[in-house]
Amino acid sequence: MIRDLGLHLALIAVLFVLGLTLPDYHQGNMARILVLATYAVGYNVLFGYTGLLSLGHAMFFAAGMYGLGLVMQHGGWSPVPAFIAGLVSAALLSVIVAVLALRTVGVAFMIVTLMFSQSAFLTILYFGTWTRGDEGFVIPQAARQVAGLDLTDPVTRYMAALALFSVALLLVLWLVRRQEGAVLIGIRENEERTRMLGYNVLSHKILAVVMSGTLSGAAGAGYALLFGYVGATFASVQYSIFPLLWVLLGGAGTTIGPLVGAVFMFYLIDYSSGLTNAYMLIAGVVLVLLTLFARAGIMGEVRKRWAPWLP
Amino acid sequence: MSLLRTEGLTRIYGGLKAVDEVDFTLPEGEVHALIGPNGAGKSTFVGMVSGRIEASAGRVWFDGREITHLPAHKRIRAGMAYTFQITAIYAKLSLFDNVALALRNRDRAAAQEALDHVGLAERGDQLAGYLSYGHQRLLEIAMGVAQRPRLLILDEPTQGLAESEIAEFNALIKRLAGETTILLIEHNMDVVRALAERITVLDAGRVLARGTPEDIHADPAVQAAYLGTG
Amino acid sequence: MVVGAVPRLLPGVVGFAEEICITLQAWSFGAATRLRFQTLTGNDPGMEFGPHLLLAVLEGAVGAAVLALTALGLSLVFGVMRVVNVAHGEFYMLGAVVAWFVASVIAGHPALGFVAALVIAPLAAAVVAMVADRLVLKPVAYDPEATIVGTIGILYILQQAALMWFGPEARPVEPPFNHRIALPWYDWAAGEWFYPWGLSTTSYKLFVIAAAVVILLAFWAVLTRSRIGLIMRATQLDRETALAFGIPVGRVYSLVFGLGAGLAALAAVLIVPIQQAHYLMGGDPLLLSFIVVIIGGLGSVRGTVVAALLIGMSDGIISVFLSPTLSKILATLLVALVLVFRPQGLFGTRAA
Repeated sequence: MIRDLGLHLALIAVLFVLGLTLPDYHQGNMARILVLATYAVGYNVLFGYTGLLSLGHAMFFAAGMYGLGLVMQHGGWSPVPAFIAGLVSAALLSVIVAVLALRTVGVAFMIVTLMFSQSAFLTILYFGTWTRGDEGFVIPQAARQVAGLDLTDPVTRYMAALALFSVALLLVLWLVRRQEGAVLIGIRENEERTRMLGYNVLSHKILAVVMSGTLSGAAGAGYALLFGYVGATFASVQYSIFPLLWVLLGGAGTTIGPLVGAVFMFYLIDYSSGLTNAYMLIAGVVLVLLTLFARAGIMGEVRKRWAPWLP
Repeated sequence: MSLLRTEGLTRIYGGLKAVDEVDFTLPEGEVHALIGPNGAGKSTFVGMVSGRIEASAGRVWFDGREITHLPAHKRIRAGMAYTFQITAIYAKLSLFDNVALALRNRDRAAAQEALDHVGLAERGDQLAGYLSYGHQRLLEIAMGVAQRPRLLILDEPTQGLAESEIAEFNALIKRLAGETTILLIEHNMDVVRALAERITVLDAGRVLARGTPEDIHADPAVQAAYLGTG
Repeated sequence: MVVGAVPRLLPGVVGFAEEICITLQAWSFGAATRLRFQTLTGNDPGMEFGPHLLLAVLEGAVGAAVLALTALGLSLVFGVMRVVNVAHGEFYMLGAVVAWFVASVIAGHPALGFVAALVIAPLAAAVVAMVADRLVLKPVAYDPEATIVGTIGILYILQQAALMWFGPEARPVEPPFNHRIALPWYDWAAGEWFYPWGLSTTSYKLFVIAAAVVILLAFWAVLTRSRIGLIMRATQLDRETALAFGIPVGRVYSLVFGLGAGLAALAAVLIVPIQQAHYLMGGDPLLLSFIVVIIGGLGSVRGTVVAALLIGMSDGIISVFLSPTLSKILATLLVALVLVFRPQGLFGTRAA
């Protein structure tokens, strides 16, 4: 228990130091990665720990993003209440999706989440008058100030991203060390056994979807606030695939895996997009290779070989 | 006083009556064996008792309360424990995690004690999937026992166990017999004779006979239908 | 038939048409649901509801024909192999791109290139699919979750490979023939009969519908009458028994995966003279095929075709009167809800 917490706090400390020492380019990248990793941490709650593969998490990310973006843009809200609006939007959407989609299992669950997310994406396009559709809109620099802190300043932005990520990371650590987390893992490993040990499987799954969706929404809201852009791309299928990719690569069902996967994938794509405009080719190749050779992902392999205690 | 009672419990699969209006009473503290040929409806019957399988008709009472429409997890919470016919443990989790889920808390000492009950105390940190088949069955029983149920339902617990393991199992159940009511589906007649205080024989979904082991052994209908001449 | 009839625009007709537009707009649910009626008939205020519907039905039939072929491929793969092929749309794209390539290489009459593409494009897609089956799907033993992730990977590989070699531009393919066929329609207005302007289709569009019907019938005949069809149906019903009877299930799977991809590619070759080839064109057919397969139920050729007609026609017709985005939103939500509340329609048979 102490070892777990120590490891995670050490990771956060390292990331903090990196924020002060990294060269500008990588500092900017890492700020973005930390927000995206928050998204992956959220995705991991459902996919990694509960064993439910969603192909529609972009709708939760977008719910947070647009929940914050629209009230700032059209309602003139300040960042803190707007962030809460983003969280609430994502939480509400995830409750609705949970109640409906969890009536299905397996492949049907994947398709249903994909379909819901696709309707959310199309809805954003449809209300282009407010959302500016594909083109999106920019949240002006002047509006992105919280309590005297300028979120557009690179160091402040990095630290805000780190704070967001740390909260998500520690929240998940806390969850998986509690009985509720153990039950989620039990559902992943053997749903019928878990039910016949006296657990309400459905309510635990709903908890997982809502927590996963809300964390994803927090990442979406954070992204909009810290990088000042809101666009329909973030609701597209591609942004449902990304967290799956990050989590698979980093290690599904490990607390640190989502960050590891996001870092690797971001830099892989960053590097290859310098070589070709077909940079998503890398994503495809990595997905196929992971499917074939490393289903456990990086941290999953580490856990298997060296550190079985890793949460 | 009866702990478990069913009235007209019926399950129909596509026109076929797997369990046909079974009335059943199980007094508190009894070790009761449910026997019958394959396809007699034994597993379906305990499935309906535990809530895994929905009853087509009939009613179930547990501890004086009607539970016919209660979902499975609530029946378990009310004091039932169920072990599967086909071993159902968490193969990729440690023995400790397996038992902790059954205990519904993360208390390591309690988990240790439960493993101790079945002689697996040394293996708490191993992954359950690496255990031998016999040990996996024992773990599953440990998980049932760990819940300290009022009613423990065991679906063919000795299937695939070696003779020595069966002896251990018998000893374990005898230790429990004082404190827990046990409903046991069993094919091994030696185990039934060793443990059961009373027996119900199911055949083609109906109750063919019930009584003490001696009664059942003497019952001509049972001999004809089930025990045969051998 | 009247070819290229000259419109007779009477002041009264213009006023009448405007009135209809306004009325229709009032029917729709507020400003958000803006009708496309006026934009489509922007140059031609003389066109009205009836002829417009006829055109929409024709456009819908073309879409439905192509969709039926594409969805049949997806349904076949899911039916026999229990694999949800997320890369299905990319095989469609591949068909279109290869068709463009073949057509641009072969000189002479466009019909030559088209006929060559009709043969080469489905074969090329089938070969790529069979290789993918051997390299990715077979090694993971067709595990449902792994195949979904794997085919998502294949999706990006095919799509991005197309982007690298084919480029981001949309490329047209010339139809083998393309006569304008005017539709017989007369309307009564302002005291006389008139022929609404621009009411026509092309011979190529009619050909697409006919070709799709022929292919579907041929496919149905193969599936029900031939030995290979029997083998595929046997494998679909019970994999283990099929194995026990000495059916080479591995090879049947490869073949089915190739056939599914080939059907999608064939559909794309038919549509590419109307729509142009583009490396991102796989998304819509994938989504629509999912919808069709879910609504139509599995493995049944008839169900798939009926659902494709329903979805294709209503997509064509509804998107004339509602915005195409809104009609897509409604269709997608509807299908999601079908899966939620009637899962036995598609996936329930397996869960039992």
